[in-house]
This record gives sequence, structure tokens and C-alpha cells, in this order.
Amino acid sequence: MMRRFFLIAVPYAWLLALFLVPFIIVLKISLSDTALAIPPYVPTVEWGQVREFLSQLDFENFVWLTQDDLYWKAYLSSVQIALLSTLMTLAIGYPVAYAMARAPEEWRATLMMLVILPFWTSFLIRVYAWMGILSNEGFLNQFLMWTGIISAPLTILNTNAAVYIGIVYAYLPFMILPIYATLDRMDASLIEAAEDLGCSRVSAFWLVTVPLSRNGIIAGCFLVFIPALGEFVIPSLLGGSRTLMIGKVLWEEFFNNRDWPVASAVAVILLLILIIPIVLFQRNQQKQAEAEP
Amino acid sequence: MPEKIFAPWNDPDQKPLIRFQNVTKKFGDFIAIDDLSLEIYEREFFALLGPSGCGKTTMMRMLAGFETPTSGSIELAGKNIVPVPANKRAVNMMFQSYALFPHLTVWDNIAFGLKRSKMPKDQIAARVDEMLKLTRLGKFARRKPHQISGGQRQRVALARSLAKAPKLLLLDEPLGALDAKLRQDTQFELMDIQETTGTTFVIVTHDQEEAMTVASRVAVMDEGKLIQVATPDRIYESPESVYVADFIGDVNIIEGRASKQGEDLYRVDWAEGQAPLVATSDREFSEGQTCHLAIRPEKIAISAEKPAEADNAVQGSILDIAYLGNLSTYHVELPGGMIIKAQTANTRRLSRRSFTWEDTVWLSWTATGAVLLAE
Ligand SMILES: Nc1ncnc2c1ncn2[C@@H]1O[C@H](COP(=O)(O)OP(=O)(O)OP(=O)(O)O)[C@@H](O)[C@H]1O
Ligand SMILES: [Mg+2]
Repeated sequence: MMRRFFLIAVPYAWLLALFLVPFIIVLKISLSDTALAIPPYVPTVEWGQVREFLSQLDFENFVWLTQDDLYWKAYLSSVQIALLSTLMTLAIGYPVAYAMARAPEEWRATLMMLVILPFWTSFLIRVYAWMGILSNEGFLNQFLMWTGIISAPLTILNTNAAVYIGIVYAYLPFMILPIYATLDRMDASLIEAAEDLGCSRVSAFWLVTVPLSRNGIIAGCFLVFIPALGEFVIPSLLGGSRTLMIGKVLWEEFFNNRDWPVASAVAVILLLILIIPIVLFQRNQQKQAEAEP
Repeated sequence: MPEKIFAPWNDPDQKPLIRFQNVTKKFGDFIAIDDLSLEIYEREFFALLGPSGCGKTTMMRMLAGFETPTSGSIELAGKNIVPVPANKRAVNMMFQSYALFPHLTVWDNIAFGLKRSKMPKDQIAARVDEMLKLTRLGKFARRKPHQISGGQRQRVALARSLAKAPKLLLLDEPLGALDAKLRQDTQFELMDIQETTGTTFVIVTHDQEEAMTVASRVAVMDEGKLIQVATPDRIYESPESVYVADFIGDVNIIEGRASKQGEDLYRVDWAEGQAPLVATSDREFSEGQTCHLAIRPEKIAISAEKPAEADNAVQGSILDIAYLGNLSTYHVELPGGMIIKAQTANTRRLSRRSFTWEDTVWLSWTATGAVLLAE
């Protein structure tokens, strides 16, 4: 009895400490007013005076978010960028995962290593490296000019294109790994059965391989979409001034404007937006677990 | 008028449905199928039997189109099918693992092949329903493969491979996963279905009893070669080699030297101080040639007294008795140390068995009861 209680209590305590408590703090700040102080908002709470604190709360920060169209535009553009880059990641990740799953047995561990290898260096350093690649004097432009494809350098850095490249690059492993896992588990005789029943290679792929890797595709898409939506580092380093993403707005509200309450309100809304795909993702995982024979 | 026996392999006018001609299949240096020629006729239920790794699956995969022979040709209804890809062959395969599509219902699994052809929708539905009825799966049409039992899954796989009415159906160890009782029922079901649909079946099995039960002819293979192709009763009663005799069923093999005694009759000297044995054979043996006498345990009678008119009789003592329910197998040790198995039906209760351990008994069999083999 006691043991079971502890077993259940540990993950819940973890969630409570690392998710719920910070969220309540952020929620509390979002319901406060800005002030020139440290920390830069009132009311701050002494936990003894909860009733008084509650009476001072107000929702003007949330109202504010609906009044300045910067915010909803940023949300919308984030969703768009996240969605599009998820699709691009899928378009690149699926063939890679497919090739890995079809590669000779003895190569697979190496290929898997190569996919995970980028995680061995800091994310920030890798994004900086892309600045070096994509800038006007960067490797990509030098290479393209050397081959003679272009005569003047392309402006890629500080545009949305660079953001897409950055996101696709950074999150590709999260797309490849779950898809690879489903493809690897797939019984190769299913493809033979499909061909035996009259399918060409191509139609066997669409009718059997793709539906059977559905769970991997869904998992990969969520694993890319969810963090991409709130992404801050990539748009601020690779994107331009016109790149509008909510993660960047959030950062600017916090550190440039020092308007913690509005920034917190932005974060709370972002979380609410993310809850929808997260719940869908959970449901998919659960259904998958139930469908396992 | 006697009913005509189904034996197209004896009829020179019959054209075979499948003809392997000097087919060799190599994987790298390894020869999986070795210069093999074979003919299979329409409406046959043909069984491939042999030890693990002898190339049975490879034969099937070449027929289905998943492997190409290294050399030789494979004809289906007179046409060389080697260059024809798997999806264009009028051949369907029932996979050992069933290979049912887990994301499709039973109905859609069966309809899968039909939907790939140009068949109109209502005809597809009618055909699928027909298949469901044939395999008694009507109740499960809407279920997914993981929601039905192993035996039902096996029937779905069968229905799916039959749905397109292939000229040839390949079954690779179709009953491997079933328990003994279900296996037996399914064997009879398979034979029924084969008869009603008139499809030619080629079945691979490890289980010799299964091969004997279902097949019109059995091919015994070893190391990529055919050892003997014949009807089940001929394989059992007149094997052509010690290998086949030993592979199919239980057998006693006695080595000796043959010498002619008369028309088709040979004397076999097999041990010092033992009376020679006699056996009929239509094979020729030269004087003194080494030969093997193969005797099935059930052809050997066991008695307390020396039988008066037996062609062959040897004396020994009972070493062991294996009780098999309907039968008992007696392991009898001869003076030279050789052990002979004899089988009798248990028509009486166990407690009234006439012989017990260490009893001295006589074993006897007729000259036609044994088969004389060169090797
Ligand atoms: N793709 C392959 N590459 C290399 N060797 C192979 C390949 N497929 C089969 N073999 C070899 O060919 C031989 C025959 O294989 P096959 O699968 O036909 O045996 P089988 O008679 O079906 O055996 P089992 O009864 O165990 O299923 C085996 O020795 C096997 O190792
Ligand atoms: Mg096999």
C-alpha cells in the first residue's frame, strides 16, 4: 500500500514541482500590474494575505493582448511557421527514416548515431553555425557562387527562410526517430503480401507502409510542432526584424520592456494553445498503446 | 464402372501447371536449390517436405516472384514466369506469419487484392462475402486482426489468398502456429476448400503427418534437391532410399548383403549366427551387394512362440515399452545388441497386456512387409 503510494507520488511530485508550481507563479504574475521595482510587478504576495491578494488581481494584461494586434499576429505567424516547418521536417525526415529502416542491419546503429550526433554539441552553437553558413558571405553563398548557379549572394540570413531552415535542422531527429521506430518494427512480409496481392512497389508503400507508420508520423509531428511553436532562439538568431514569433515577443516583453505581467499573460496563452496538441498527442499515444496486440 | 483416380502425373497427355526446369538458386556461394526439375499438375495438392533449411521456402518464393532463380526456368501454364514480377502473377501466397494488414479489418484484408484489380465494387463485396462464408468468418468481418484468435487469423489469411481465385495457391507452413486439434480440423478444411475451389495448392510443411494427410503428392527434399516425389502411400510404403524411409515415419533399418533367391526375391545376410532374412524387391541387386532392409514397426508381429510360417523371425528381449494410447511400441533388443521397434494396436486393456519388460519374444514379418534399399 505504502509502496504503491510512493510509486505514484514520485511522478506527481515531479510534475508539481517542475510544472504546476512555475505555472502558478507565471499565472500569478500575469494577473498583476507592472511597477518599477524588483521584482517589477505588484502585487507581490505574502502567502499570509491571500484574500487581500486575490482582491487586487485583474485581467487587464489579457485584455491588452487582444487590443494590440502584435500579439495575435505573432501567435498566428508562430502557428504558421511551426506548421509549415513541421511539414517540411516530415518531408525530409520520412525518407531518411525509411532509408534507415531499409538499410542493411549492420549499418543501422551507425546511421542512428549520425542522427543523434548533433545533440552532442550545444544547440546554441549549432544555431550560430547556421549563421555562418547562411550569411551573405557565408559558406552557402560562397559555394553557390563558386558553382556559378548565382552571381550575387542570396539574402537568407535574417529572413523567415533562415528560420525554417533552422527549425527543420534542429528538430529533424525528433521526426526521424519515432518514424524509424515504427518502420523498423514493421513486418517486411506485409509488403511482400501487398505485392503478392497485386500492388506495385509504389502503391504498397502508400497502402501499407504509410498507414502502418501513422503513429510514428503523428508522434514526430507533435514532437516538432510543440517546441517549434514557442521557439525563441532560432527566430531571434536566424530570423529578421520582420520574423514574428511568439517566443521572441515573449522574450522582448520580459527582458527589453521588463513588462513581466504582459509577458506572463503571453506565456499563459501560449500554454493554452499548446495544450490542444498535447492532449491530442496523449490521446494518440494512449490509443496506440491500446491497439497493440 | 470404377471411379477415375486423380493421377495426372501418370497421364502423358496432361500438361503440367508448373514446370521447374533445371532450376538453381544461389545465395552468394551457397546453393539453396540445386538443379531441380519438377512438374506439378492442375488441381493437385502438392506438399514439399524436408528438414529445416533444405530450400522449401526458397521454392515457394521463386513461385510467388520474390526470388529469381540463378539459372533454369519456371513455367506456369506453359509460360516462363521468371521475368514476371510478383504483382503480375496469377499466384497467391499464404504467408507463414499470415502477414495480415494490422490497420485493416478482416473484410478489407480479404478485399485488398480484389481492389487492386479492376473488379467493380459490388462484385468485390460479393466475392468477399463468399470468402467469409467459405472460411466461416462472417461474424468477424468488422474486426481488426488483433481482435481475433490465432485460428481465425489463419483463416483470414487463407481467405485473402483465395479471394483472387489464383491459378496457384502457395501455403508456407500454414498451420505451424495451431495446436494439434485445431490443426487437424484445419487440414480437413483445407482439403475441402481445395476441392470446392479447384485451386492448385502447394503446401510447405515440417510435419510429415500433415503432408501425408492433405497431399495428392509429396516431394521429399534435402539440401536443395528432390529426393523422391510420389503419392503419400508410395512414399510411405515404397520409399526409394533410406533417407526417405527414415524421414517419413518410424522405421527399422537393417544393413546386410543381398543375394538373389528367385524371381524378385532376395536373401539378406545381416549378422553372424543369425538366420538370413528374405525380402521381395523389384529393384536389382548384384550378388553380395550392401543393402538396407527397411521395416515399419507396425509390419512386425510380436509373439511368445516362434511363429510357424513366418518368412522372417528373430528372437530378442523387450527392453522398453512405449505406451501411446491406441498403440504400444516395443523396443526389442536382439542378441547382437541391435534394437528393433515393433508396434501393436492396444485392443486389450493395459493391465492385460501379454508381454512385459525383459520377456523373450519373437518378432516376425513377411517377405513383402519390408523394403529392400540400396542406399
Ligand atoms: N536471402 C538469403 N540469403 C542467404 N541465404 C539464404 C537466403 N534465404 C535462404 N537462404 C538459405 O537457403 C537455405 C534454404 O532456405 P529456406 O528458407 O528455403 O529453407 P526452408 O526449407 O524453408 O527451411 P525451414 O523449414 O526452416 O523454413 C537455407 O540454408 C538458408 O540459410
Ligand atoms: Mg521455410
